[in-house]
Amino acid sequence: MKLPIYLDYAATTPVDPRVAEKLMQFLTMDGCFGNPASRSHKFGWQSEEAVEIARAQIAELVNADPREIVFTSGATESNNLAIKGAAQFYHKKGKHLITAKTEHKAVLDTMRSLEREGFEVTYLDVEASGLVDLDKLTAAIRPDTTVISIMFVNNEIGVIQDIAAIGELCRSKGIIFHVDAAQATGKVDIDLETLKVDLMSFSGHKTYGPKGIGALYVRRKPRIRLEAQTHGGGHERGMRSGTLATHQIVAMGEAFRIAKEEMHAERERVAVLRDRLLDGIKDIEQVFLNGDAVQRVPGITNVSFNYVEGESLIMALKDIAVSSGSACTSASLEPSYVLRALGLTDELAHSSIRFSIGRYTTEEQIDHTIKIVHDAIDKLRDMSPLWEMYKDGVDLGSVAWVAH
Amino acid sequence: MAYSTKVIDHYENPRNVGSFAKDDPSIATGMVGAPACGDVMKLQLKINAEGIIEDAKFKTYGCGSAIASSSLVTEWVKGKSIDEAALIKNTDIAQELALPPVKIHCSILAEDAIKAAIADYKQRHGN
Repeated sequence: MKLPIYLDYAATTPVDPRVAEKLMQFLTMDGCFGNPASRSHKFGWQSEEAVEIARAQIAELVNADPREIVFTSGATESNNLAIKGAAQFYHKKGKHLITAKTEHKAVLDTMRSLEREGFEVTYLDVEASGLVDLDKLTAAIRPDTTVISIMFVNNEIGVIQDIAAIGELCRSKGIIFHVDAAQATGKVDIDLETLKVDLMSFSGHKTYGPKGIGALYVRRKPRIRLEAQTHGGGHERGMRSGTLATHQIVAMGEAFRIAKEEMHAERERVAVLRDRLLDGIKDIEQVFLNGDAVQRVPGITNVSFNYVEGESLIMALKDIAVSSGSACTSASLEPSYVLRALGLTDELAHSSIRFSIGRYTTEEQIDHTIKIVHDAIDKLRDMSPLWEMYKDGVDLGSVAWVAH
Repeated sequence: MAYSTKVIDHYENPRNVGSFAKDDPSIATGMVGAPACGDVMKLQLKINAEGIIEDAKFKTYGCGSAIASSSLVTEWVKGKSIDEAALIKNTDIAQELALPPVKIHCSILAEDAIKAAIADYKQRHGN
């Protein structure tokens, strides 16, 4: 078996070889390299056609009209364009925005930037499950609320928000609803004909496409308007200027086509592997699954191993590529803000590991991972004074720690 | 996150992991740090009648650098008098392990652990 084992599909996915094959046809003189905006010759026409096919493939995965898809450089840019674009365009209607504390930084930091422009933002608490409570969201809405942004699938813990219900609420109040769906495409069914979502962000590289490409869904009926954030030649209906990256767009289209075709079979296969992983580590004492146990995607599993510190755990797991909820590598020693928002203690937040499984994960890799995790936890707990105290029946909450 | 070879060596082959019986009068225990900060070190010294550290054991909850710092300290204190051990500085630990600036607090914690164990010994022996 090749080591290390990649279990960080939520960070990024490898490009599917079928996608890479397609991408390479749109680069060289022998290929289709024209500028899709060139209207005067065949090179441009061919590229434009390829872009429109890709646009349709992306629209198809989410049951939207191709004219509702705007290409961007990735989900971060899509989130910026959606939130800033809508907030600024509709600022005369109100200057209040709502999001959740567990959103991706691309949403939270965009909100912070709008606060500096004079907008007011409510950062909603989530339940211990990681889910947004509809009543609390309803209570946060004000007459001047214009945009609500809630992610579809959380990148750290994998929980799925009730986008359908939040959409109904937003529509009934006349509020624009933006959804960051970077982690959702190819994982959950998305039907924008039934969902009352106005803006939705997509990423290429979380769904076996290349990095550096993404898209924003902008609803036509009822029509949503945006203040452009990138000005220039008026590409993408004036919402996002800049020469279209044909090769990346075509690749993202192909990746989304494959996602549509294979997502149900893939979801089942990944769920079997996830169950195998959970089954293999469930006999370890003091292991906690973070986030709602049911309303979640099978690809992302976030667990805390109590009394073991995250960074040393990552070190012990050097043969598997996973990510830690603990940001100890920075000077801040801050545990994940997402896990903190769930109400986890610092210790549990520091001890968390995200395993994310994907298209190329095998049973053999999962079995090896289970073994490595057991060995690492045994070793680190043997070394942990907190584990020793827990085993001796000491209540760690009652100890007078000397913080440093 | 590039660890020095010395940190990796101590992390993968930690020296003197374990615990002594706490109520043994020759044992001094120092516990420093806090779970909320991501590291807790417990250092125990076995000190003979002459005030010489005969043996040392540690348990650490923390990152690789914290584990390596405490492992190194157990090696360094053995054979030293408690006064000599008290002279071990965090800068010596950081230098030996080539700790990057963001990990200096691990070496400070290890120095604190020695001081806490010695203070525990002095308190218990009315000195």
